[in-house]
Formats: sequence, structure tokens, C-alpha cells
Amino acid sequence: MAGSNPNAKPMNLTLKVWRQKNRNAQGGIVDYQVKDISPDMSFLEMLDVLNEDLLRQGEEPVAFDHDCREGICGSCNLFINGRAHGPEPGTTTCQLHMRKFNDGDTITIEPWRANAFPVNKDLSVDRSAFDRIIQAGGYISVNTGGTPDANEIPIPKDIADRAFEAATCIACGACVASCKNASAMLFVSAKVSQLALLPQGHVERKSRVENMVAQMDKEGFGACTNIGSCAAECPVGISLENIAILNREFLSAKATSNNLA
Amino acid sequence: MSWITKTFSSSIGRKIIMAVTGLFLCTFLVVHLVGNLQLFNADNGAAFNAYSEFMGHNPLIRTMEIVLVLGFGFHIYEGLALAAKNRAARGNQRYVVDHIEQNSSWHSRSMALLGSIVLFFLIVHLYNFFGSLRFTDVPRDANGNEDAYALVLAAFKDPLYVLLYVVGQVALLYHLLHGFSSAFQTLGLTHRKYTPAIKFIGYGFSIVVCAAFAAMPIYFYFFK
Ligand code: HEM
Ligand code: FES
Repeated sequence: MAGSNPNAKPMNLTLKVWRQKNRNAQGGIVDYQVKDISPDMSFLEMLDVLNEDLLRQGEEPVAFDHDCREGICGSCNLFINGRAHGPEPGTTTCQLHMRKFNDGDTITIEPWRANAFPVNKDLSVDRSAFDRIIQAGGYISVNTGGTPDANEIPIPKDIADRAFEAATCIACGACVASCKNASAMLFVSAKVSQLALLPQGHVERKSRVENMVAQMDKEGFGACTNIGSCAAECPVGISLENIAILNREFLSAKATSNNLA
Repeated sequence: MSWITKTFSSSIGRKIIMAVTGLFLCTFLVVHLVGNLQLFNADNGAAFNAYSEFMGHNPLIRTMEIVLVLGFGFHIYEGLALAAKNRAARGNQRYVVDHIEQNSSWHSRSMALLGSIVLFFLIVHLYNFFGSLRFTDVPRDANGNEDAYALVLAAFKDPLYVLLYVVGQVALLYHLLHGFSSAFQTLGLTHRKYTPAIKFIGYGFSIVVCAAFAAMPIYFYFFK
């Protein structure tokens, strides 16, 4: 394999994996041994090896979410050794390589924990609360018709850059998973500030932040206490400044919108 | 619910109450500290007693006292209620292995604990001084002012009180090391130009204020 290290020794690992039959079942940690894991594998490939072993033994494979396996879809959400997406900063689980671990290690793998993210099965959680928050206001209105010219609306480069940084959020939920308060404010703030920074977002500027925050509260996420675990664990580096922008947008929308309800 | 109650019962609205009351309590600390520095005067408490008499009877101060009680009330109620709500948001099943210490500081995660220690200190502190001065007859000094200084002298002969006061100030120190700059973030006042200065002032404020308050019981215990 190109780029692989021929001297890398295969590893044997002990996995402590959260197993839970369904949403209402009582779950628990189950121990597994995996052998001959290449350091060049991704964490998800290592779990694939475990699941093939389990299938061969006639056991139920471990359910976990994954899709793109290249850090863009935000579905490979695992709490590994006490950290969201594992100990490496700036990575999703699919971007985490087994070379970050050592032969003989014990690795504990749990699902995201938050009331608003119920466990579907094993390591797979239901993050549809995020979808409902987006539906409440994470969109813009555009006219259909002819394609507008690119760059028709002038946007200063630094504003465009900051909006783009906020737009890189992949909605994985690591912010919620690592927050002591299970707060979704880093996620919501990335969406709100991205659209508040750009002129295209101004049509719904006030109703967006009012509705998204209302939905966030309704889903049962906690309130931010500015601890900063979320930004430290975010795989794409969404900054806490977005939460300040969210607070500002919320306060000014509440003070000036025509919405009396 | 009107839009106002809706705003201030939302998660962000409640945080705004925390931040506004928290910063208001910081201004109270400054006033309280500046007055109490009279304790270090070598006049056997004459200036301190005159100041204390003024604070007890000036109508403006008495009005602000009501605002202060409300400020504390809202801050404490919302703080403890939010802490309970946030704990519940995490759910009953906790992580089996959680290394949250690798991504955040202890004191930022312990605001409710630190606040509760400050609250305990506050109750004892009010009982020590405010209660006696407001609700009992205290002997008067040579100038005819209530002798608050004598109360301070008596209280800080007890090493247990000295210890409690110092612990209270350490808790307040850590509460403010996170709280001061956090309040600006909550209010949306974060900006790459000003935030470094806010953080610096926050640390300086917390250390100076808490060290000065803690110096009082220590000074009286060892030097008076
Ligand atoms: C002189 C006394 C006090 C001062 C100056 C003070 C100041 C502050 C400040 C500035 C904040 C930050 C607000 C924010 O993050 O937006 C804060 C947060 C907090 N305070 Fe206090 N506080 C005091 C006493 C107390 C007491 C007695 C309690 C009672 C338990 C308490 C509980 C809390 C809690 C739980 C938070 C975190 C709230 C959150 O971030 O959601 N505080 N305080
Ligand atoms: S599987 Fe898509 S981000 Fe990891």
C-alpha cells in the first residue's frame, strides 16, 4: 500500500465497547480482543475487523455510524478513551489512525451521551435533534430563475473567510458530546453566525436566531457555561467567538424583532 | 408568556441574567473593598466605624441594598437552577471513561460548587456583621458611631472564622477567574481586539480583590 510503513508492527488490543440492544434496553460495556491490527488502519477499519470476527462467531456486530470515511459527513461519532473522536485534536473518528495507539492498549468506546441524542443501538445515536434545529431556521430564501453571476454581491474577504470557517461545521455533535452541560450552542452558533455574516442570510436574520434557539431549548440541550470543551474537541475548529455572535444576534433579535410571541 | 418573559426564560436569556448580575456583583465587590480598606487605618477603627455608620443610614445606599439583594437572589437562583438543568441535559447514563480534564479547566467546570462555597461564606458573613449591626444594639465608639470595628476584632480572634473567610475568598477567586471574562462572552462582547484585555483585567481584578479581602482576617488574627 502506498505510504504504508513496512516496519509497522501489527497490534493486539482490548476493546471495551458499549453494547445496547435498542433505545429502551439497559446497555453495558462488553470486552473484546482484536488481533493483528495494522497501525495504518483507521479506527473505523479496526472496528470493521472486530465486526468481521463477531460475524464469523455468529454474534451480532457492533452498530456504529459512518458514511464518507473522509471527515466530511460527521456521522462517525464515537467517544474514545474519554474524548470525543478520541485523543487526537482536529480529527473525526474516521481520520483517527491506529498508529496513535500502542500494542496491548485497552480502548474504551462509548456513544455520544446527551438526553437530546438518545442511543439507537450500541454506538449509534439519534442526532435528528440537530436536523430539527436546522429546519427551524438554518436556511436562506432565494429567488428561483436565471443563475446569478458569481460574486454579484460584494462581500469583504475577511467576512467571507469568517463565514466560511463557521460553515465548515459538519454537525457531528462532538460539541454536545464533550460539553459537561450537553449544550448545542457551538453547533447552533456556527449556523447562526455563518448566515448572519453574509448578506444572503439577512432576510431571515432575526427570525432565524429566535427560532433556532427556541428549538434548541425544546430539544433539551443544556445552556453554555463558556467552559470551552466544545471548541477544544471540534474536529473542524469552530471557535467560541461564534457563541458570542449567537448571543449578540439573539439579544438584538429579541430586542428589535416584531415578534411579540 | 410575553416576549420579555420568553426571552429571559430561554437558555441564552437566563445566561444573560447570570452575566449581568455577576458583573453587578463585581462592582459591589469594589465598593465593599474600598470601604473595608479603612480597617487597615491605625486609628482603632474610627474611620471604619464612621464609614459603616454612613453605609447603614444613607438613603441612597439603603436603596442600592435592595438592588444588591435582588442581584444576589437572581444570580444564586438562576445559577443553581441552570446547574441542575445542565446536569439533567447530560442524561442519567454518564460516560464510563471521561477525560474532560484534557479539554477544559477545573474551575470553569465548577462554577456551581465554587458559588455554593461563596454562598455558605456569605451567610456566615452576614450573620457575623450585617445581622449584628442591623438587628441588635451595638456599643458605640468615642465618636458615637456603632463600633463595627470591635465586631471585626472579636470575630477574627477565632481561627475558625479566619479559615472560613480565607477559604471563601479562594472560592471567590476561582469563581471570578472564569466568571469575569465569561460574562463578557455571554453578553456577546467578544472581539479579537478587546478580549485579550478583558481576560487580563479579569485575572487582575480577581486576584487583587480576593487577596485584599483575604488579607483582612489574616491581618487581624496575627497583628491585632
Ligand atoms: C460576590 C459574589 C459573586 C460574584 C461577584 C459572582 C460573579 C459571577 C460571574 C461574573 C459569573 C459569570 C456569568 C457568565 O458566565 O455569564 C458567575 C457565574 C456563576 N455564578 Fe456567580 N458570583 C458570585 C456569587 C455566586 C453565588 C453565591 C452563587 C451561588 C451558588 C453563584 C453561582 C454561579 C454559577 C452557578 C455561575 C455559572 C452560571 C453559568 O455560567 O451558567 N455565584 N458568577
Ligand atoms: S465517516 Fe464521515 S466524517 Fe467520519
